[in-house]
Amino acid sequence: MSVRTAELLMAMMMGVFSIYLMFKSYELPVGWIEGEGPGGGAWPFWLSLVMLLSCLGIIFNWIRKVGPIATSDKVYVRADVLTEVGAVAISLIVTVALFSIIGIYGALPLFLIFYVRFLGGHSWMLTSALAIIIPVSIFFFFEVTLKIILPKGYTEPLFIPLYKMFF
Amino acid sequence: MLETLGLLANGFTVVFEPQNLMLIIAGCALGIFIGAMPGLGSVNGVAILLPLTFLVPPTGAIIFLAAIYYGAMYGGAISSIMLGIPGASTAVATTFDGRPLAKQGMADKALTAAAVASFVGGSISVVLFTFFAPPLAHVALVFGAPEEFALMLLAFATFVGLGGDDLFKTLFSISIGLVLSAVGFDIISGEPRLVLWDITGFLHGINFLILAIGIYGIGEMLWTVEEHRLGGGKSMLSDATVTVKRTLANLRELMTTWKSIVMGSFLGYFVGILPAAGATPGSLMAYGIAKQISKNPEKFGHGALEGVCAPEAANNAASTGSMLPMLTLGIPGSPTTAILLGGMVIWGLEPGPRLFVDHSEFVWGLIASLYAANLFSVLINVAFIPVFIRILKTPFTILAPIIFILCLIGGYAPTQSMHDVWLMVIFGIVGYLMRKLDYPMAPAVLAIVLGPLAEPALRQSLIISDGSFSIFFTRTYSGPIMVAALIFLFLPLIKIGYVKLRKQFA
Repeated sequence: MSVRTAELLMAMMMGVFSIYLMFKSYELPVGWIEGEGPGGGAWPFWLSLVMLLSCLGIIFNWIRKVGPIATSDKVYVRADVLTEVGAVAISLIVTVALFSIIGIYGALPLFLIFYVRFLGGHSWMLTSALAIIIPVSIFFFFEVTLKIILPKGYTEPLFIPLYKMFF
Repeated sequence: MLETLGLLANGFTVVFEPQNLMLIIAGCALGIFIGAMPGLGSVNGVAILLPLTFLVPPTGAIIFLAAIYYGAMYGGAISSIMLGIPGASTAVATTFDGRPLAKQGMADKALTAAAVASFVGGSISVVLFTFFAPPLAHVALVFGAPEEFALMLLAFATFVGLGGDDLFKTLFSISIGLVLSAVGFDIISGEPRLVLWDITGFLHGINFLILAIGIYGIGEMLWTVEEHRLGGGKSMLSDATVTVKRTLANLRELMTTWKSIVMGSFLGYFVGILPAAGATPGSLMAYGIAKQISKNPEKFGHGALEGVCAPEAANNAASTGSMLPMLTLGIPGSPTTAILLGGMVIWGLEPGPRLFVDHSEFVWGLIASLYAANLFSVLINVAFIPVFIRILKTPFTILAPIIFILCLIGGYAPTQSMHDVWLMVIFGIVGYLMRKLDYPMAPAVLAIVLGPLAEPALRQSLIISDGSFSIFFTRTYSGPIMVAALIFLFLPLIKIGYVKLRKQFA
C-alpha cells in the first residue's frame, strides 16, 4: 500500500469516526438552553464537526494532489518493517490480554522471553535473568512501595501469602 | 525585586530538603539517560514516569519531573554527537556540527561545548524566568473565564500559525484531543456524555496520561522499532578521549563562542514560551542565526563549535521558557509542560495565576529546583560522560521491552482499570499509523489536557454575555489576546494570499 492510499483511508476512517462522535454528542442538547448557557453536547458536537471538516480538507487536498504525503508513492509500511512492528504490536496486545488471565507476573516474563530471546536474539542466560529480575523489581516497587495492586487474573490466590508478608 | 529574592530563598529551603535534593539528582541523571537514548526525549520520559511520582508529595513530584525535563536537554546532545542520531528531537540541530567534530576525533570538545552551552542557556533563562514570572502571574490574577478561554485559543492558534504541519491535520489533532477530553460526564449538567459504544469504562473519562503514554510511550517506541529496522540495526559509536588537559583547552576555545551561546539562550527562552514552538524549532533557529552572525559561516556543517553551542544553549533555555506560561497562566508552552500541567491537576493543584498566591511554596520550590537541576545536570554530565557513552551501547532489544512494560504499568497505575490499558495500546498503534502520515501529535496531547479547562471557561463566558461572542473582544485583556489568536489562526490563509499577490505583480 502506498502512502498516498494510506492517506485517503486514514482520512476516511477518521471522517466516519467524527460523524459517529457528532451523533454521540447529539444525545445531549447541543443548542442554547435558556438560563443554562450552551447545552452539554455543544462543545463536543461542534468540535467533532471541525474534525469532520478537517478530514474533508485532507481528502480535498488528496484529490488535488497537494502536499508531500498526498503525492507520495512510497510504500506505507515496508514488508520487513511490518513483520517486526506487527510482531511487537501483537505481542503487546497478547500481553495485555494475558494480564486478566494469568496476571501480570505470568504475562511479563512471557513478553520478555519473546522480545529479548526471539526478537532480540540474546542468550537464554540474559533472557531468563531479565525475565526474573524485572517482574520481581516491579512487585517490590509498585505493589510494596507504591501500594498499587497490579492485575493478577487467576493467579491472585498465589499472592495471598506474599500480601501477608508485606502489608 | 527584593520580595522575589526572598521568595526564591524560601524556594531554596524547599530544594535543600534531603528528599528533594535526592529527587533532583536522580531526575537529572535519569533525564540525561532518557535524553541520550535515541527515540526517547523529555516528553516520553515525563509521560512514562509521571505515574511513578504518586509516591512523593506534589512539590517533590514536579521537582523530579522538571529535573528529568532538564536533564533530557543535556542528554540529547550525547547521542547526537556520539552516534549522529539525535537523542531527542530537541537535539537535531546539534548533530549538524557535533557529528562532524566527533568524526574528526574531537568528540570530547563537542560534548564539553554542549554541556557548557546548556549550562549557560539554562542559567540565563532561569534568571529571566525568576523575574518575568511574578509580574506576569500578578497581571493574570485579574483574568476571568473569557481571558482564560482566549489564552487557550491562542495556544492552539500558534499550532495552526507556526506549527509548520499540514493545516487540516493540525486542526484535526487539536479537535480530536478536545473531543476525547469531553468523554465521561458533562460537568455542568452532570449527565453522562460521549460514552463511546456504550462501554461503561468511558464513564470515568479518558485520562490525559492514557493518551500521552499511548502516543509518547507505545507509539514512539513502535516508531523507533521501525527506524531501527530501516537503519539496519547498527550504529557507529565514535570514540571520545577525555583528559583534564584536553578539557581545559576545550574550555578555553569555548570562550570564543560566547556570542552564539548568549544569542541562543535569549532566543531559546522567548521561542520556548510559545506553545507551538518550543525547544526543537528554537534550537534550529539558533543554529541558523549562529551561522549568519559567525565570522566563518563556511565552517558550519563541518564541525563549527558555534554550531554545537547555539542550539544546545537554545534548547535548555526553551525548556525553561515553556514553564513560564505553564506556571503563570496555566497554558503549557510545550508537550512536556502539558503533561506536567496534567500532573498538577492530578495532584490537586489548580493551574493558573492563583498558584503563586495559594501554593507559593510549590511554585518557588520548582523555580529554585531549576537552578539546582541546571547545576547538577552539568556536573553529572561532565563527570559521567564515559558512563553515558557506555550506556548508549545497551542493545535496543533489551531496552525496548523494559520501556514497553513501564508504559503498560504506567497506563494501569493511575486508574487501576484494564479498560485504560487497552485504550492506551489502541492510542499507541493508531498514533503510530497517523504519525507516519505526518499528523502532528503534540496538539492532541495539549488539547486533552486543556480541554477540561477550556470548555467551562467558554461556557461560563457565554453565560455571562448571554450567548454573545463579543465578550471575548470587548474586555481589556481578552480583546488583544483574541485578536492575536485570530491572526495566528488565519496566518496560513494570509500566507497563501500573499504568495498569490506576489505572483500577480511579479
